[in-house]
Amino acid sequence: MCLAIPALIKSIENKEAEAEIGGISRRISLWLTPEARVGDYVLVHTGYAINILDQREAEETLTLLRQIAQLEEEG
Amino acid sequence: MKYISEFRRSELAQGLLSQIQRQSKTPVRFMEFCGGHTVTIFRYGIRQLLPKTIEMVSGPGCPICVTANADLDKAIALAQVPGVIIATFGDMLRVPGSRSSLQETKAVGGDVRTVYSTMDALKVAEDNPDNSVVFLGIGFETTAPTIAASILQAEEKGLKNYYVLSLHKLCPPVIKALLDWSEVKLHGLICPGHVSAIIGSHPWEFIARDYGIPCVISGFEVLDILQSVSMLVNQVENGKSQVEIAYRRGVRPEGNQQALKLMRQVFEPAPAQWRGMGEVQGSGLKLRKKYQRFDAELAFDIKSGPTSEPAGCICGDILRGVKTPADCQLFGKTCTPQYPVGPCMVSSEGSCSAYYFYGVSLGE
Amino acid sequence: MENKILLAHGSGGKLAHELVEKSLVKALANPFLAKLDDSAVIDFSGRLAFTTDSYVVSPIFFPGGDIGKLAVCGTVNDLAMSGARPLYLSLSFIIEEGFSQSELDEVVDSIRKTAGEAGVEIVTGDTKVVHRGSADKLFINTAGVGIIAEGVNISGSNAKAGDKVILSGAIGEHGIAVVSQREGLSFSTNLKSDCAPLGSLVAEMIDACPNIHCLRDPTRGGLATSLNELAKQSMVSIRIEEERIPLREEVLAACEMLGFDPLYVANEGKLVAIVPSKDADRVLKAMRKNRYGKNATIIGEVGAEKPGRVVMKTILGASRIVDMLVGDLLPRIC
Repeated sequence: MCLAIPALIKSIENKEAEAEIGGISRRISLWLTPEARVGDYVLVHTGYAINILDQREAEETLTLLRQIAQLEEEG
Repeated sequence: MKYISEFRRSELAQGLLSQIQRQSKTPVRFMEFCGGHTVTIFRYGIRQLLPKTIEMVSGPGCPICVTANADLDKAIALAQVPGVIIATFGDMLRVPGSRSSLQETKAVGGDVRTVYSTMDALKVAEDNPDNSVVFLGIGFETTAPTIAASILQAEEKGLKNYYVLSLHKLCPPVIKALLDWSEVKLHGLICPGHVSAIIGSHPWEFIARDYGIPCVISGFEVLDILQSVSMLVNQVENGKSQVEIAYRRGVRPEGNQQALKLMRQVFEPAPAQWRGMGEVQGSGLKLRKKYQRFDAELAFDIKSGPTSEPAGCICGDILRGVKTPADCQLFGKTCTPQYPVGPCMVSSEGSCSAYYFYGVSLGE
Repeated sequence: MENKILLAHGSGGKLAHELVEKSLVKALANPFLAKLDDSAVIDFSGRLAFTTDSYVVSPIFFPGGDIGKLAVCGTVNDLAMSGARPLYLSLSFIIEEGFSQSELDEVVDSIRKTAGEAGVEIVTGDTKVVHRGSADKLFINTAGVGIIAEGVNISGSNAKAGDKVILSGAIGEHGIAVVSQREGLSFSTNLKSDCAPLGSLVAEMIDACPNIHCLRDPTRGGLATSLNELAKQSMVSIRIEEERIPLREEVLAACEMLGFDPLYVANEGKLVAIVPSKDADRVLKAMRKNRYGKNATIIGEVGAEKPGRVVMKTILGASRIVDMLVGDLLPRIC
């Protein structure tokens, strides 16, 4: 369930924002994430940002996965 | 695409598969509750790549599949009311009710429009002041707050012609019911990622604490699923049972407080009918008294007629993980994606649809 | 006030003649139409390819094209897929009463330009006007004929085990470009429909390899549906690799947002070719020289086991079945 994709907020006007993903952009609602700022990545589900994506966590997860891949290759 | 493509890298997937192969000794059965996870698992052939010690079973986390026929019949009846425009997510269009479907109703003159978002439905209401626009509110806790927001926006705009038919479902109560019926022994649960983005990790803790079943909250990309399976294996092999968040970029333990606030402002828990499971207390949402004027159930005299279940359809058993589509007499014969009998075959993330489209027994 | 098409424009009387002569004959100028006879009379010898299609796309103007361009390309491409050199088209309009004259002129101009590029002539046609509500603005039907050279034998049933499967370029552009304009789904993108006439591309491919087995343009239902059709017609299996399928980021992003699988999204300027393995590289080279085949690539091959089935190797190395599209592509939340 719950298709939600990460999109970059390019501009904000009232409770709506212009968000971009992979070269396409769409007006989304920030009713559920009023604290979102330009430059944030948000998870967009049916036109609403349901959460701000934690970019630091994303990088840490990728680092972890790379470490696992390396360990498994060596082991 | 940022934060999607990186989580589909095949070389990182190999590392995780290797880790799982190495660690998994105990035979286990894991359930992925969420239909979106089912789709990823089938799309990438993950079941074939996991060691024989791990059996995956799909759960009832497909809001289309679990919508009871009686509720779908209500939506279809509403579509037949003159002056009513039904705005719905595309998922519901082809699901067969007792006698018809929304698509068929549209073909004979019902005004049924597919929308991507309630934002679009609100616009339809604004553009058609002489019609009543009824939004079909399906989905779990990921979607319910967006519907709540739409009602608050309708209130702000002073819209008099926007209604919602609330068929929303809540996940933790139905997982509890599943575990209580203990028809299927589970050793781990992959928890829905976007539902958790809203409700956080605390609502799942009862599963680990009271049932001793490890839980991992997972994202939807192939690396997310593999990482979650690896974390479950790790818990099992170390005799732990706790709730872990693998999807750390999308889920905070406390969830999205604003979304929860709006959801609770507009909705309150109510009993709900789940296909194949009957009524589960507190597992649905209904509009609070303050927002009654937006409630389609109250605004319209819905005559949906008697409900019937399609003969031979075992969607209910499949949703509970008790049977698989291969066990169904109708699967692939009288029930196909082109001529679906039950919703599990129509919904893009229903088990039957996944089995049919991705050919589950492909040992290549 | 803007000029509108009226019922009278379709009734055969003076207004109708005026419409045909001014908006159609003059714009599409060629000796056949100028005769204004009931039929175009053409000298022919050889094998004739003959096809027809109706076009009801909505919206009628979309990024990268319009219903007119589509009406020419669709029929021209069907002829090309049989290995024919497209020659002549018929053109029939069904116009909804109240449709704007200037929009009709725009569509006709588009037809003129596209026919010019495709090297075909519109030699006969018809115009009808129907009551408001009986048609969605404008419907077009085109029928086309082309000539097939000696020795060319292209058919969906000719694929053989060992053949290579070639795709002429990135998939999903047309479907996403059109859907981006739909009410209830609007998003903005630089993406344009890939609508294009492929006659010259096919001619160059046949020059490089007269022994091409199959050609198909993956329109409605997308690449997956076309591959399934070919597999069933030829009673073979087709194996493709996910990583090899060219896909633009915007198409992928739109598909992710709406819940579409790019394999099922319509294309209007792409083709799939099934060719003998030994000829594949030569065909590929010829394709890449043509503007509509720049990104041509081998995406898979034909097998003998499990006839009728299309299988895709995913990025993880596991395989999954790729079935035909069922119903319509609908945006989903799950």
